[in-house]
Amino acid sequence: MAIKDLPDIECVIPGSAACPGCPATLGLRMVFKALGKNTIMVVPACCTAVIESLYPNTSFDVPVMNIAFEAAAAGASGIEAALRKQGKKDTTVLAWAGDGGTYDIGIQALSGALERGTNFIYICYNNQIYSNTGIQRSGATPYAAWTTTTVTGKTEFRKEMGDIIMAHHIPYSAQACVSYPEDLYNKVKKAKSIKGPKYIEILAPCPPGWRFSMDKTVEIGALAVETGAWALYECENDVVTFNGKSKLILEKKIEPKPIEEWMKQQGRFRHLFKPERDEKRIKEIQEHINQVWERYRKCYLRK
Amino acid sequence: MKVMIDTGNYVAAKAAVMAKPDVIAAYPITPQTTLVEGIARYVATGEFKGEYICVESEHSAMSACIGASAAGSRTFTATSSHGLLLMHEMLHWAALARLPVIMCNINRVVGPGWNIWADQNDSIAQRDTGWIQFYCSSNQEIFDTVLQSFKLGEHKKVGLPVMINYDAFVLSHTSMPVYVPEQKEVDDFLPSFKPLWKLDVDNPITFGNIIGPAYYEKVRKAMQDAHEAAKTLVPEIAKEWKNKFGRYHGDLVERYKCEGAEYILMAMGAIGAESKVAIDNLRAEGLKIGLARVRTFRPFPAEEMIKLGKQADLIVIDRNISIGSEGALFNETKASLYNKSDAKVHGFIAGLGGKDVTYQDIQNICKKVINGKAKDFEWYGLEGD
Repeated sequence: MAIKDLPDIECVIPGSAACPGCPATLGLRMVFKALGKNTIMVVPACCTAVIESLYPNTSFDVPVMNIAFEAAAAGASGIEAALRKQGKKDTTVLAWAGDGGTYDIGIQALSGALERGTNFIYICYNNQIYSNTGIQRSGATPYAAWTTTTVTGKTEFRKEMGDIIMAHHIPYSAQACVSYPEDLYNKVKKAKSIKGPKYIEILAPCPPGWRFSMDKTVEIGALAVETGAWALYECENDVVTFNGKSKLILEKKIEPKPIEEWMKQQGRFRHLFKPERDEKRIKEIQEHINQVWERYRKCYLRK
Repeated sequence: MKVMIDTGNYVAAKAAVMAKPDVIAAYPITPQTTLVEGIARYVATGEFKGEYICVESEHSAMSACIGASAAGSRTFTATSSHGLLLMHEMLHWAALARLPVIMCNINRVVGPGWNIWADQNDSIAQRDTGWIQFYCSSNQEIFDTVLQSFKLGEHKKVGLPVMINYDAFVLSHTSMPVYVPEQKEVDDFLPSFKPLWKLDVDNPITFGNIIGPAYYEKVRKAMQDAHEAAKTLVPEIAKEWKNKFGRYHGDLVERYKCEGAEYILMAMGAIGAESKVAIDNLRAEGLKIGLARVRTFRPFPAEEMIKLGKQADLIVIDRNISIGSEGALFNETKASLYNKSDAKVHGFIAGLGGKDVTYQDIQNICKKVINGKAKDFEWYGLEGD
């Protein structure tokens, strides 16, 4: 599907309090084009709790239940059970949470809901930080990235949430990126058509958090994919398929760009390049990414 | 009307199922476990026709109930002790969201060390969450209060969650005969759930987004008003229950032999039941003493306390301790009387950690006060004393 063919549905309505260049808002617009208005959204503490604007106003044209930081998936389980009892089979329950509410504090409730088979779509918009509290490290923050709680750069590599999700063997999970809206749209559309728990993670490059100019959100996201820092894939009933440029990288049909091309564009990695190049850490990051892709090839490359 | 001889937990499960909730979400914890097992049996037999979500924690149990209630469903859950503490954040959430989630809490000690017996510190620690709190003294009262609570919490003047508390093992695992009405009679008493607000795709609202100070204060005030309304509705609903089913456990407080009393004993939960034996014995000795068993700790029956304080001196037994202060019921009773009564109030801590409080213990406490030997506030029967 081409962008011009996407439905006109807009559920993010005027009044949004998002930062300029906000990837979450971009992602939400695409998500709702795929889901339509017959959707109930659950939002834990995250940027979206700000984006939706101040009571008594709202910037969403679907019913929204805000819930505590770690409670999105459990709250969604309750809503889904209520709808089932009411016989409303066609309403989509969407949990929309950030990486902090997904990778860290919310992982237990998420795992529980996936294991129980809750019929919902859980979307994590991953900006690799706790961004509604400022810019603090999360389990999704990459190695060496500056945040206000990792002042000289994070000392650990990020958690592989996709693998944790796959270990639940749910019918559908995927990774997407706001820079590839058609790919995102198709994934959400597919998730909507499948019964049971669905998980989609969207890489969401955050201009103030990652320290880049607000007009470069889409570009930075694309570079993450082109350098292999982020992979686009989907997993249907345990079968993993890579998409777009990630598929070409997996199949070695294109060479990923060096990771520093992505990092150089972001102030959060500035300390790796100035005042002098930190060869050790740059090399570590590149080697780590190479290893990740070798593992992907070993697991998912079909001969 | 049938008689069911069963434990407090199975009786609570029976009452919950007869309320026909749409969604029950719960996690097992001692000594609540047999209650969730009871629900599971009703799922298996088809007597419970709603959705039963076996969640992975109490925090998620309350979160799921919040989601279901917000989606317009009648909800129920149950917990105890550490489970209740884990729910704490979501207890606030349910109350501020004005969602009438109904929950049984089996009053149990908080650790460490591990101890599974009766103690009210778990629920007293939740007193400021906005939940209505009942304390029951018999299995019959548990049954009746669960059903009354649905009607109270869902009332349009209340719209708040309700916690029905009862003592671990003393009631949760003790069998007693309980009168159970026919389902049709319960249906007549408890109409179907009409939510004050709900998540509805045809009328999309955003619930719980950022709220400024002025609106927030109004939200809090509205909750306070709802508790004030509950002070009138609890007696009304208790009276309606009495008229329909013939059973009555008091309204905000249960008065027992208070006529002409110069001393009035106050307690909550199972100690309140045991106290009746003590009162009978003390009255037989010619002592002018009565009992005011507090049923609702929230809303706090301050007006009742004032009436009692104008009549008699008060003796309060707390199976809880607000560390650094006093027993919670003692403390709040005194606060109610401030500037309104000259009654003397004596506070005792007894039965923490599940220590047995017998009718003899209660008589000893009362006599100590009547004989002028009691301090204003003391611990009863500490080991080694």
